[in-house]
Amino acid sequence: MKLPDTAIQAQGGGAGPGRSPDAARLTRLLPLPAALLLSGCQWAVLDPKGPVGLQERSIIIIATVLMLLVVVPVIALILIFAWRYRASNQKADYQPNWAHSSRIEAVVWLIPCVIVAALGVIAWRSSYTLDPYRPLAGTVKPIRIDAVALDWKWLFIYPDQKVATVNQVAFPANVPVEFHITSATVMNAFFIPQLGSQIYAMAGMQTQLHLLATEPGAYQGLSSNYSGDGFSGMTFKAIALPQQGFDAWLAKVKASPQTLGTSAYEQLAKASENNPVAYYSQVQPNLFTDIIAGGMAGMAAMRSK
Amino acid sequence: MLGKLTLAAVPYQNPIIFGAIAFMVLVALAVVGTITVLGKWKYLWTEWLTSVDHKKIGAMYLILAGVMLLRGFADAVMMRAQQALAYGPHAGYLPPEHFDQVFSAHGTIMIFFMAMPFMIGLMNCVLPLQIGARDVAFPFLNSLSLWLTVVGAMLVNLSLAVGNFARTGWLAYPPLSELHFSPGVGVDYYIWALQISGIGTTLTGVNFIATILRMRAPGMTLMRMPVFTWTALCTNILIVAAFPVLTVSLALLTLDRYLGMHFFTNSLGGDPMMYINLIWIWGHPEVYILILPAFGIFSEIIATFSGKRLFGYTSMVLATMAIALLSFLVWLHHFFTMGSGADVNAFFGITTMVIAVPTGVKIFNWLFTMYRGRVRFDSPVLWTIGFMITFVIGGMSGVLMAVPPADFVLHNSLFLVAHFHNVIIGGVVFGAMAGLTYWFPKVFGFRLNETLGKAAFWCWLVGFYVAFMPLYVLGLMGATRRMDHYDNPAWQPLFVVAAIGAAIIFCGIMLQLAQVVVSIAQRERARDPTGDPWGGRTLEWATSSPPPAYNFARIPVVRDRDAFWDMKQRGVDLKAAVYRPIHMPRNTATGFVMAVFIGLAGFAMIWHIWWLAIGGFAAAMVALVRHAFDDDRDYYVAAEEVRRTEILRGRAQLRSV
Amino acid sequence: MAIGDTTAHGGALALEPGYADNAADALRDLRPAGETIDFELEQHHDAASTAQLGFWIYLMSDCLLFAGLFATYSVLHTRTAGGPTPHGLFDLPYVLTETVFLLVSSFTCGLAMLAMGRRSRGATLAWLAVTFVLGLAFVGMEVHEFAHMVADGAGPDRSAFLSSFFTLVATHGLHVTCGLIWMAIMMALVVKKGFTPSTVSRLSCLSLFWHFLDIIWVGVFSLVYLFGVS
Repeated sequence: MKLPDTAIQAQGGGAGPGRSPDAARLTRLLPLPAALLLSGCQWAVLDPKGPVGLQERSIIIIATVLMLLVVVPVIALILIFAWRYRASNQKADYQPNWAHSSRIEAVVWLIPCVIVAALGVIAWRSSYTLDPYRPLAGTVKPIRIDAVALDWKWLFIYPDQKVATVNQVAFPANVPVEFHITSATVMNAFFIPQLGSQIYAMAGMQTQLHLLATEPGAYQGLSSNYSGDGFSGMTFKAIALPQQGFDAWLAKVKASPQTLGTSAYEQLAKASENNPVAYYSQVQPNLFTDIIAGGMAGMAAMRSK
Repeated sequence: MLGKLTLAAVPYQNPIIFGAIAFMVLVALAVVGTITVLGKWKYLWTEWLTSVDHKKIGAMYLILAGVMLLRGFADAVMMRAQQALAYGPHAGYLPPEHFDQVFSAHGTIMIFFMAMPFMIGLMNCVLPLQIGARDVAFPFLNSLSLWLTVVGAMLVNLSLAVGNFARTGWLAYPPLSELHFSPGVGVDYYIWALQISGIGTTLTGVNFIATILRMRAPGMTLMRMPVFTWTALCTNILIVAAFPVLTVSLALLTLDRYLGMHFFTNSLGGDPMMYINLIWIWGHPEVYILILPAFGIFSEIIATFSGKRLFGYTSMVLATMAIALLSFLVWLHHFFTMGSGADVNAFFGITTMVIAVPTGVKIFNWLFTMYRGRVRFDSPVLWTIGFMITFVIGGMSGVLMAVPPADFVLHNSLFLVAHFHNVIIGGVVFGAMAGLTYWFPKVFGFRLNETLGKAAFWCWLVGFYVAFMPLYVLGLMGATRRMDHYDNPAWQPLFVVAAIGAAIIFCGIMLQLAQVVVSIAQRERARDPTGDPWGGRTLEWATSSPPPAYNFARIPVVRDRDAFWDMKQRGVDLKAAVYRPIHMPRNTATGFVMAVFIGLAGFAMIWHIWWLAIGGFAAAMVALVRHAFDDDRDYYVAAEEVRRTEILRGRAQLRSV
Repeated sequence: MAIGDTTAHGGALALEPGYADNAADALRDLRPAGETIDFELEQHHDAASTAQLGFWIYLMSDCLLFAGLFATYSVLHTRTAGGPTPHGLFDLPYVLTETVFLLVSSFTCGLAMLAMGRRSRGATLAWLAVTFVLGLAFVGMEVHEFAHMVADGAGPDRSAFLSSFFTLVATHGLHVTCGLIWMAIMMALVVKKGFTPSTVSRLSCLSLFWHFLDIIWVGVFSLVYLFGVS
């Protein structure tokens, strides 16, 4: 497991948004015990391969620890009090009318307030730093990929490279990816768990998501918003490749005999499940904006009952 | 003539569904047969179906909740089984079209037709007694509310046999729930079942607020009310405030589907995001409607069984009101991932966390009620302690997801599913079970078997953890919800463990069924002769078990919180010196009849049988108007009869405890 | 029934029982000695005021229902999908006439309630009849407006704006229609049974309902028509 390296890379490589050195050091250490416990299983959310996912994991761990500071003593007290003041224990102090203590009240209101205040600060700050629409810090120029949710597969359009793929998206590692996401059908959600945030895919509009993979690999992608009968098969692979590997992949796509013109798209948009990976060497220009503008009318396939 | 309805609507080719239908029909026939053989139809009609007595109405709500628990749990077992089997090359046994109906029905039934009736049933049984009243403010409306809820439940169950249910999830997000993507009758069943029962629930809210504000015994100021009454008041305020928004959301979806409007469609200006906002503006208060009564139940139980006053009464009241108010300010946390922007997400994240403060205060107050008390570990207390620990964990996962970026990786995952089951089972279901055990003797006159009750509790507790802890792990592994099949074989062992957990809960439920049967069989041995089997603190325990129809021969005067405990402490002689005639409402068939006609109209709307829809609705209105013109709606119980009843129930000679 | 410190009653309380014979007796125990209460009247008073409280609570829920519809209109009213817009559609003088009808009907309803207070059957029925006619005129004009719009291709299925307009305004109109039916039934009840406590209580609820619908209409007129055309 290369966790410490990954953390350093995320910090030093300029790929992640700026963080204080202390936080970085802390988060570098935190995954170690987790990794020891979890080695052998792949807990995608706790084993992220990108700065977005890493920061989100830190938040999860920090928030959990903060809350455990209160929760563990409370659970212990519940069990201790229940046992100590059990009816058969006649030795314990019994004060049937004692029902108020200003000091206890003060503590009891204060402790949750303090924890909530701390979590609130984290929530406020991180909502801004991890806003999916916010470009990732760094000097590397992002690659733009448009993702369209169809029934029940994902179409990826590369507007600059002018190619398209189905159920497979590839991009260079350590290059920010700027996803623009829409749906040509019902509401879906675009999610690559090991890279970070998900965001809804909705017809007639586009959402944005900025991700980055620090390590080459094939990451599971899916729709995380139920969209009908074929939903379970709506998975894809998100492949991060070294720059040369990505160029080779792109060449493979460009060599595909299939092209995505209007009629090919209409065919693709018809309801189908468990689609195999497909490459299109050419794409209808402005297909993405057309899909958004068209919304449902004329673009989405009619569903059978 | 029959709209869209044809014989083809009955899925007789599908063995699983047909088996379920056959089972339901057999059970229905068995029930009908038993009633016929015992010659109890008239009794059923005059004593139960037309009753406006809050205790009977409450009991019927509880029966509905119990039956629907079985139905909803069957859906759960089907899902666990499917997910334990369907990985990689295996498809499992449930095709997606069926699986999707199962999880939609599971959520709909459990929330609307199990949890809500359970809580409303307990409030019905207990609340008027707790405040020293003879009945609720509007007994006829109470009956109507019950039967509208039953009709809604019947529609959902009917969808299994005639047509199919929605395949949209329990909240039916558009555009998936729009006609274009769900052209069948499934979503229509969903809409009409919820609209009809929703009207019933809203009427309950109106009823109980008026009851609590107007019908308390003399001397019972607001700050002397039992905590369960306080939580009931806040719950019903939430109902009255939130359910209209559900009505609007469903109505707009209905207009889209029936009249081709464009509220939430993908074209001509429709905005599905509007539905999501509206439905969650209802949806979040809804979960507080479910949990607040449970908090009240736990407060009553922990005080009674610790032999001690509830710690921090005032802060409990304030915390309840704070939770009720805040519940309207958090709805967006259900869709942080919609991309609303950092300001909006951050605001709602913080408000969501703020709700944890009053909730935490309550936990501490229960903790300090046990402190320096004498805690008796009867099964209601087991449920309570199980709740405290489990709910705290569930709350923790909730506050975690209240941080928007954490939610970005956990939204719609099995982690989310684990969280809400954690708080709903640990909070609402445990509360319902605790309340049922606690108040069962009051309502039915005999105690439930304790041994079976304790065994059931342990099965539920262990079963819950075994079923849902794997789901937390699966969520962190990247598993999303509502999948009928998944690729990663490493997930399968966890799904199998979850299925085992469901099996353990199943044992718990079976034990509870056994408990009911055994308790009924042994009821003479377990009779509650004093009306106060637990050493109660509140006024419901001042009546016999079960109470007479009029509850109190004479309305008690309240001097302090824990009114009954206070009376016992002061050695008050509860024997009545003089009996007066008591004014009581007469039973009426109008609520039942109206609900049946409205149910027919709902069924007709689903199948586009327009003449029946209009006719059914008109008939219901005729019944209502006829009821309005009816003067014979109440009667007086003669003083002599009151005296005789009190003697019969051993109250005339009752001494203070 | 908030009862504060009871020690002022001293000796009487020393013998007080746990129960009172009825609520009024209990109240009497705790009030200054010498005050008498007519229990029957108090009980019927209670029933009527409880009914009105219940109706108020229902009206608040109805208010929230309209709030949901207003919110929907606010969000969707710009989504005209290339179709008709408020400018082209709304005929302000026409709508003003309907508004006047409704507002005047609220006034006449108030007069009917005053007549009820005097227990004057004839005057009550007369003013209720006027209210009814005015309300009917309002609904008639609204239906006519809708029919016109639908015929012009500006029906509720044309765009989200029109869906939300029709639904908001028609929901109000439906409430008014139900109020009219209720009013007719109440008039029949007054004729048949006179001013029984239950009839009086129900008429009070009806008038609350009628005024409430008036207030909602003021909101509709301002937010939808005035704001839409400006």
